[in-house]
Amino acid sequence: MCARVYDCLKCIGERIIENREFLTDLDREIGDADHGVNMARGYAAVIEKVPRDNPDIGAVLKKTGMTLLSTVGGASGPLYGTAYMEAAKALAGKESLTKEDFGKALELAVAGVGKRGKSVRGEKTMLDALIPALDAYNRKIAEGGSLADGLDCACAAAKEGVEHTKSIAATKGRASYLGERSIGHQDPGATSAMITLEAIRDFIRE
Amino acid sequence: MVGIVIVSHSRKIAEGIQELAEQVAASSGRILAAGGLEDGEIGTDAVRISDAIRAADDGDGVAVLADLGSGIMSAETAVELLDGEGIDVRLADAPVVEGAIAAAVEAACGSGIAEVIRAAEEARFVSKNIETGGRP
Ligand SMILES: Nc1ncnc2c1ncn2[C@@H]1O[C@H](COP(=O)(O)OP(=O)(O)OP(=O)(O)O)[C@@H](O)[C@H]1O
Ligand SMILES: [Mg+2]
Repeated sequence: MCARVYDCLKCIGERIIENREFLTDLDREIGDADHGVNMARGYAAVIEKVPRDNPDIGAVLKKTGMTLLSTVGGASGPLYGTAYMEAAKALAGKESLTKEDFGKALELAVAGVGKRGKSVRGEKTMLDALIPALDAYNRKIAEGGSLADGLDCACAAAKEGVEHTKSIAATKGRASYLGERSIGHQDPGATSAMITLEAIRDFIRE
Repeated sequence: MVGIVIVSHSRKIAEGIQELAEQVAASSGRILAAGGLEDGEIGTDAVRISDAIRAADDGDGVAVLADLGSGIMSAETAVELLDGEGIDVRLADAPVVEGAIAAAVEAACGSGIAEVIRAAEEARFVSKNIETGGRP
């Protein structure tokens, strides 16, 4: 994946924008009905503001992070913003990306979310999709799988993680105000994290 | 004077608190509002907050008062964005209205950043029971 990082971000953005109503509906159940609106606004700004032809993947991801920080508006702004800015650290100056690079970037991104949100797995947040996805990716790569294979496994694990969020109560974010009453509903942030990974996988596969 | 930045999801709330706080701090110009998004929508914006912190600092440091949820996460992100700029910026673990007023009074008296933060944080213990004089 060289110098196509903008195109990949655009794919993610389009997928998020397509799912705007769906994500917002999920957030209506256990939050404040803005997750899709927030994320779509953020990615529309990314598609518009991030340079198309800067070959430095790290620099492009950093700009993406900064853009999300200032345009998303909700908790997902500083969370995904930090994720991209942390991933950028692993890819600074790189013009192409190996499966190891991607693994490192994903690891830093996931750790960034946890640090920003002061959250761990099992709290009904985007981490319930991201942490299993990272683990599955690493397992597949350790077995000798390709970037695309790793991403397939990451997406499958993220999907299971999203399902799992239905069975647990939220202890972080707005949904935590509902406590046990949040059980039965799927977490919007975990869902957008899964959509993001799927968009990356589809981009790499094609 | 220690600067104060007020963070809220709503631009109107942040500006309203700024107005209240400026009354007690005699319009020092060191109390800034960073509410909502750039276009006025509801939300918080770490970059806007970091700009406000920079503008509020005259070398004595800045106390940040934030409302809930992403207000705090964006304020923490803003502080990290300012890393290396040498601004003594601290987040107060305080209710945003009461904390901002207490911080403004303390700052206007010429106290340092540590006292301003302490004053803001103690504001959480102020009771709303008028009969007991507002003390628990
Ligand atoms: N502390 C946290 N750690 C990790 N993820 C979190 C945390 N808080 C919220 N989230 C994720 O963010 C999603 C909600 O994002 P959204 O953009 O709707 O923010 P919000 O909760 O409306 O923000 P705000 O605090 O501004 O009201 C949740 O579904 C959850 O996955
Ligand atoms: Mg929301």
